[in-house]
Amino acid sequence: MAEVTYRQALHDCLREELLRDGNVFLLGEEIGTFEGSYKITAGLLKEFGPKRVVDTPIVENGFVGMATGAAMLGLRPVVEIMTINFIVLAMDQIVNHAAKIYAMFGGQCPIPLVIRTPGGGGQQLAATHSQNLEVWFAHVPGLKVVAPSTPADAKGLLRTSVRDNNPVIFLENLALYNIKGEVPIDDFLVPIGQAKVTKEGTDLTVISYSRMAAVALDVARRMEQENNLSIEVVDLRSLRPLDHKTIINSVKKTNRAIVFEEDWRSFGIGAEIAAILQEEAFDDLDAPIKRVASLEVPLPYSKPLELATLTGSKQLLEAINDLAPRRRRR
Amino acid sequence: MDTKSKQQADAQSATSVREQALSPLPPGENRDTLLGYYHQMVLIRHFEEKSSEMYTKAKIGGYCHLNLGEEATLVGFCAGLESTDYVYTNYREHGYAIGRGISPGAVMAELFGKETGTSRGRGGSMHLFDLERRFMGGYAIVGGQLPLATGAAFAIAYRGSQEVVACQMGDGTTNTGAFHESLNLAKIYHLPIIYFVVNNLYGMGLRVEQGSAVSELYRKACAYDMQSWRVDGNDILAVRDAMRNAAVIAREKHEPSLIEAVSYRFRGHSVVDPDRYRDRVEVQQGREHDPITAFATRLTAAGLLDDEQARQIDEQAQQEVEAAVTFAEESPFPSVEEFMQGLEAYVYAPDEAVGKGK
Repeated sequence: MAEVTYRQALHDCLREELLRDGNVFLLGEEIGTFEGSYKITAGLLKEFGPKRVVDTPIVENGFVGMATGAAMLGLRPVVEIMTINFIVLAMDQIVNHAAKIYAMFGGQCPIPLVIRTPGGGGQQLAATHSQNLEVWFAHVPGLKVVAPSTPADAKGLLRTSVRDNNPVIFLENLALYNIKGEVPIDDFLVPIGQAKVTKEGTDLTVISYSRMAAVALDVARRMEQENNLSIEVVDLRSLRPLDHKTIINSVKKTNRAIVFEEDWRSFGIGAEIAAILQEEAFDDLDAPIKRVASLEVPLPYSKPLELATLTGSKQLLEAINDLAPRRRRR
Repeated sequence: MDTKSKQQADAQSATSVREQALSPLPPGENRDTLLGYYHQMVLIRHFEEKSSEMYTKAKIGGYCHLNLGEEATLVGFCAGLESTDYVYTNYREHGYAIGRGISPGAVMAELFGKETGTSRGRGGSMHLFDLERRFMGGYAIVGGQLPLATGAAFAIAYRGSQEVVACQMGDGTTNTGAFHESLNLAKIYHLPIIYFVVNNLYGMGLRVEQGSAVSELYRKACAYDMQSWRVDGNDILAVRDAMRNAAVIAREKHEPSLIEAVSYRFRGHSVVDPDRYRDRVEVQQGREHDPITAFATRLTAAGLLDDEQARQIDEQAQQEVEAAVTFAEESPFPSVEEFMQGLEAYVYAPDEAVGKGK
């Protein structure tokens, strides 16, 4: 084990996969000479050269499609989209092509493609630079979608994604890049489609992913110490395929659930999880499922407004206080 | 030049390139090869007429876009390539698939939605695919195939191998962002690709000059410092030679290029289009410039084809199409039960598929 940042874990994984497999190459805007907008690819151009680390012009649809075409011939491209907001320009290639080619052509042509991109607000980047669009991709059969919250899961899931034979949308979060955590040093893999119980508990379950899973874990630990509440935290890690079993098992144990997400509430991940729980664990629920999400507005720039808009530990605490079993409530 | 006279000049230029289809055959052509082209053109003509008939009989569902009138363009396109080269097309692609050597039976079976179709009945008319023949797909989102084809060329350059990618599209595609993004990428990365624009003068019902600021479409390539040519799409040999020339540039100089083939579709945009927006006289003239008749005339004038041979080729092509229909009719539909039990396997490639796409 070594303690590294989320950023370093991603960087190390990319470097190791470039070393391991000559078919792996990176492409995206400013990933080479500029060393990446968020420095995930720092040093890789120097080490691997412009054939393996390809700087692209600002043409998201063009280079995502180009990566998909290269994957059709057996290469394993790892695309960086500078932030998830720009992925909107590549939706045709992702949704109509990368996600369809394997099925639509009768299983003749796998697409081993990874698209990495950070989302998230809180940096005063305003409405067009702070979105969480994971639902758009989680909705589409043919894509796999992962959203790790720890450096270890980031590394293990990225490695699995690079070796997967399908298009994987790999969601990062700007506010996670500097967090630190223990990461195994061996060639470990984290399977896609497996959630993780990051903290066991008996009073209620908080289900989350990406940055909010880290916030949830922090809040749960505090609540245990301060309020004697036993909260279980489930980090989804993958959004498609979604691990029903781990969610259901947790709620069967705690009988109460909160879904905590940074995206907008309507039609969000929480809506999907709530639907699954009422379908598959209706009799185990002691209270309605709560959704804690961000306000449904284009994110404003001004700091007080931004803080009021984004969800976070305060909103989660309120929800926990509302939902916790009576005997525990203060 | 004002806009109207410019439009007329462009239209005349499109017509005048068509006249070349009737010029004498160049020397040094192989008789069997030429008759092979002729046979393919006739085969595709009959195949598409049969597709239309099968559509009206409700054997074919969805949309169905025919290559009628474009036979010289697409047979010339295929004839200029090696079997190891890769082809990407749009959704008007039955003839290209057959031109690449996919059996008419497998194409018709796909149109019928059968398990024996090129895409196992999952794709239909607009989504033919055959990895073995490097027919890398028909694509039904206008411009969608361009970044993909550019990426295939990127993979060839990455590996340093000698194949070429040929990417067909319609005239309307040249107005999309995907077109301009792809040409730019191909040029900056020096990719071995031929962009092939079939200008049949209409994108659905919109005339080229209504939709494109530059109606001589080959000129758009100059924005990317890319070589480009306009050829008569009714002259199979002109198309073939342009493709060969572009393939040499791609293979040996590792540079992209663009060909505009001026063609004309005999019918509406798709089988269900009543084609009310085109001038009757223009359509009549378009049909009079039949590329198959033109090629037959040239072959006959050169002493390579007589009426009896033409009749035999026609009969053989009709038999092949009948056999394709019989094959499609007799083939099973995909099993709903197997489909329902294997949804995961339908959508996602398994781990062991690593490298299958090579």
